[in-house]
Amino acid sequence: MQDQYKINIRDMSFFIEKKQIIYDLNLDIRTNEILSIFGPAGSGITTLLRALNRLNELIPGARIEGDILLDGKSVYRKEVVLTELRRKIGMVFDVPTPLPMSIFDNIAYGARLKGEKNKKVLSDIVERALKEAALWDEVKNRLKTSALALSGGQQQRLCIARVLALEPEVILLDRPCSGLDPISTAKIEDSLTQLKERFTIILAPHNLQQAGRVSDYVAFMLMGELIETGKNDDIFANPKDQRTSDYITGRFG
Amino acid sequence: MRVKPKTTELIAKILIWSAAIFVLAVLSFIIIYILYRGLPMISWSFLTEIPRNMGRDGGIASPIVGTIMVTAVAIALAVPLGIGTAFYLAEYTKESGITRVIRFSAESLAGIPSIVYGLFGFIFFVIYLNLGWSVLAGGLTLAVMILPTVIRTSEEAIRAVPQSYREVSFSLGGTKWQTIIKAVFPSAIQGISNGIILGVGRCVAETAAIMLTAGGALRMATSLFSPTRTMAVHFYILAREGISMSNAYGTAALLIILIFIINVVSNALVNRFMAKNR
Repeated sequence: MQDQYKINIRDMSFFIEKKQIIYDLNLDIRTNEILSIFGPAGSGITTLLRALNRLNELIPGARIEGDILLDGKSVYRKEVVLTELRRKIGMVFDVPTPLPMSIFDNIAYGARLKGEKNKKVLSDIVERALKEAALWDEVKNRLKTSALALSGGQQQRLCIARVLALEPEVILLDRPCSGLDPISTAKIEDSLTQLKERFTIILAPHNLQQAGRVSDYVAFMLMGELIETGKNDDIFANPKDQRTSDYITGRFG
Repeated sequence: MRVKPKTTELIAKILIWSAAIFVLAVLSFIIIYILYRGLPMISWSFLTEIPRNMGRDGGIASPIVGTIMVTAVAIALAVPLGIGTAFYLAEYTKESGITRVIRFSAESLAGIPSIVYGLFGFIFFVIYLNLGWSVLAGGLTLAVMILPTVIRTSEEAIRAVPQSYREVSFSLGGTKWQTIIKAVFPSAIQGISNGIILGVGRCVAETAAIMLTAGGALRMATSLFSPTRTMAVHFYILAREGISMSNAYGTAALLIILIFIINVVSNALVNRFMAKNR
């Protein structure tokens, strides 16, 4: 069977001023699979994720070479509307980032940006998103209270729900469990495996165990270069590159 | 001889406490003294009657109205311009020669004595633009005077909003404008309103600049082009010319109460807004 690719990254290099962050990277990402991109801190993984939804453009002096295709079309084309692109490629950040407003308003934020005002529609969106992120039962009686009062794990699931409410096609998760306890982490990993049936998920795992637990495919990045990519089991069992094997056996990093 | 850590702690505690108590004592002495001398003067007729006999008799209705009008003009102009400039500096432009010039001018302007603004307002608004001594000329002058404060405090408040709020808003498909209105502004509003309150305080308390631009008329201002005097000016003239110390204290007491009310009300408004958003 022919693999379905959602995203193709072609000869991508990324610079901030004169400093090169990513070197000539090629990577194809399959539809409805979870790809984990792992590597030591400072490998350019966050930068790579943020190149996909073009959030890097907020950094002064950022410059990209090469191309990134979503469904075969460049996300860097002139006619791409940034707000639409970012609705298609949702992002969850490494620290939980609830906005200082109620739980309801956080989840409805994206829909309201799009101009949705109907209360019924909004509350349907909120309920569905919170259920998909496995947070509904914990917060359904206090949707009007501040999102900042939630625990760290709940906040991060709120952020996932907020992305799901956009009905995106791709979800980027940048070390979404880095500050969380094991139970919260397990809850989030559970929802990820359910979500991949409908979404293409790109995950920067916060450790190798997480990559091993949730991913279908993995990619290893080091110093801005993609070293190796392949099926989860293949890479962890038989890494082809010495550096990959050194990293996963804990010889460095 | 080495001092024991416990002794150091004790000395530090005493010094810090006495500094705080000293400051508190001086401030409350001033306020209590003015209220003590001024409060007995305040009555319904004092609030509603126009000054007679140069202010020796009658009330201070027209200075109260004048204060409110001049301050309202100044705030109505300075707040939108100041917040707009602050957002431009913080969100819409990179650090460059222009931003440094704007910021440097604003900081220099903030330190200029108000009499200089008064002189500028007199020459430019009163004479050159031919507004005469009027509410409008006074309000414009005060607007120029408080603009730097509003810009600086607003810019600081906007910069203090975590970058992650902007990133989240952009990543959820927000435009720059939506991000500023929905994610940045609500978080910055407390700091911005502090700047506005500072500005209102300076307007209400200003004397020199007002005398040169709004005049010192005792009659009730009826339009933006009427000359007027503010409570601070009224108070200054009463005391300076030895017209009526008791009425001067009455005016001062009312000024303190007014500033107190402005602070309480604006804080309450901001807190209600914040409560809705948190």
